[in-house]
Amino acid sequence: MATIGTPVKTSASGRGSRPGKAPRARRSRRGSRLWVKIVVTLLLVVEIYPMIWMFLTSLKSNDDYLNHSTWSLPTTWEWGNYTEAWTTGHIGLYVQNSLLAVVPALALMLLLGTAAGFALQVMVWKGRGLTLLIFLAGMMVPPQMILLPLFTVYFQTGLSGTLWPLILTYTGTGLPLTVFMMATYYRTVPRELFEAATIDGAGILRAFWTISVPLVRNALLTVGLVQFFFIWNDLLIALTFTNNQDLRTVQVGLLNFTGDFGATQYGPLFAAVCLNVFGTLLIYLFLNQKVMKGLTAGAVKG
Amino acid sequence: MHRVLGDRRAIALLLGPALLVYSLIMLVPMVWSLGYSFTEGNTIDGFTGNGVANFSRVVDDPAVHDALWFTLKYAAVVTAGQVIAGYLLALLYVFFLKRASALIRTLVFFPVVLPTVAVGLLFQKFFQVAPQTGPVNSLLNAVGIDSIDFFGSAGSAFWVLAGMDIWRSMGFYAVLLFAGLVDIPDEVLESARLDGATGLRLVRHIVLPLSLPVLMSSLIFSINGTLKVFDSIVALTNGGPGSGTTPLTLYMFQTSFTYSDYGYGSTIALLLTVVCLLVSLVVHRVSRRDLTEG
Repeated sequence: MATIGTPVKTSASGRGSRPGKAPRARRSRRGSRLWVKIVVTLLLVVEIYPMIWMFLTSLKSNDDYLNHSTWSLPTTWEWGNYTEAWTTGHIGLYVQNSLLAVVPALALMLLLGTAAGFALQVMVWKGRGLTLLIFLAGMMVPPQMILLPLFTVYFQTGLSGTLWPLILTYTGTGLPLTVFMMATYYRTVPRELFEAATIDGAGILRAFWTISVPLVRNALLTVGLVQFFFIWNDLLIALTFTNNQDLRTVQVGLLNFTGDFGATQYGPLFAAVCLNVFGTLLIYLFLNQKVMKGLTAGAVKG
Repeated sequence: MHRVLGDRRAIALLLGPALLVYSLIMLVPMVWSLGYSFTEGNTIDGFTGNGVANFSRVVDDPAVHDALWFTLKYAAVVTAGQVIAGYLLALLYVFFLKRASALIRTLVFFPVVLPTVAVGLLFQKFFQVAPQTGPVNSLLNAVGIDSIDFFGSAGSAFWVLAGMDIWRSMGFYAVLLFAGLVDIPDEVLESARLDGATGLRLVRHIVLPLSLPVLMSSLIFSINGTLKVFDSIVALTNGGPGSGTTPLTLYMFQTSFTYSDYGYGSTIALLLTVVCLLVSLVVHRVSRRDLTEG
């Protein structure tokens, strides 16, 4: 620590004592500032322009899209493309399906995952390390490894043709990360808190529900957000288990979008993509810090 | 006191449901899928055992070779791209933008949460040549280069694909690595500067070694994702042209659901799992050695 501490002092005094070096440093800093500006501008263009282009194109008529330059503004602003996508393109139905699959899966996953995280981190018993490892193994294995047996089971139990295969599969595949992240959050809660609660006469189950859950409320929101994006954006599982057009989720619907019209209707197609993007954008606008923290935390811990 | 926290009935009640669902949805199917590898057939027609025929087929199948090669090539290129682009962005955030970087950070992160299918369709139209000349080709035309049919050859389709996945996730790795860079104490950087280390030398000798742990965990996380790539490819090229951009994941999906060969599909899924485990093992080994040396 001492070796690190000394140079700081030198640097503080050193700044004033070397006036001869200052102009050169300033010049190079101005040069680098220009360079940084160019890089940042390029970055902004690369990030934002595709979205603007997509939005403008979603307001073009087919004729406008096919016959005018790709850079031009719409000649007429066809807001009707959005209603077209929502009704004729069935995006409304697909959003409803997605919600009906995602919300129950999220609720189940969070409930089961939090309880398991509590049991694995707060409770004291032999074999909890191994159990956590078993959950972790699930994050390594590619989902392709479980699709075919699940398909067989869902088919034979008559669950295909409903949204249940999606709800169950999302819950199961999301559990490893949920359990792991919740267990990590419980590590920050002192065990004595629950011991004290049980002295006061609360059972441990009640302590879990009334004391621990409110304490990790924030973590629940973070994990919930992360899992929401994972499930909402999933294509593989949705594609495997929705063999019926009426059950398509947003992503599967979008992938097959052109099929619902005779010829490709570009305006409504872009409108559908925009609706999908703006939905996520809306959530991201309000909760971006939480989303960023949650997603990167999941990566470091995973 | 541990008597209360060791209450077996409570543990069973709390852990049981999660463990049950996890076992039924993930553990049992994994073993079951292993069993399918020794059969041929599908759910509707039934399964018949065929010994190790699927395994010898995997070894000889040129489509598997191509898909495996594509998977490895894609994982190597995109992982390198994601981590390098992310690291450069993180350096930009920490050393040039400093406090002002929050907005840029948030903005560049945004594509991470975008639905892959939406991004795939967007890039498809962005790079297309017909029926409408997309922005990229119009730009090429504007500087006097003929339009390129990006999705007409496997080579160029691969690069659009790699570019798309790097575009999508560089903001994510930037934030991940940014957290690692911020943790480097200012005193260390300051004293290195006083010793005359500036610019690239500062990065190479001070910043890089100190951020190696978080760099390694990014690498492991990235390769674990890129080996399993599915959504972006289905949305952008659907494996085409021909099977030029088909990774193992997609080949397994096509074998199982287009050709209804669940037995062979399971064998390919097993190969994919083995590849994932082997690669993670190697990366873990290498990263641990690097960390102890560095």
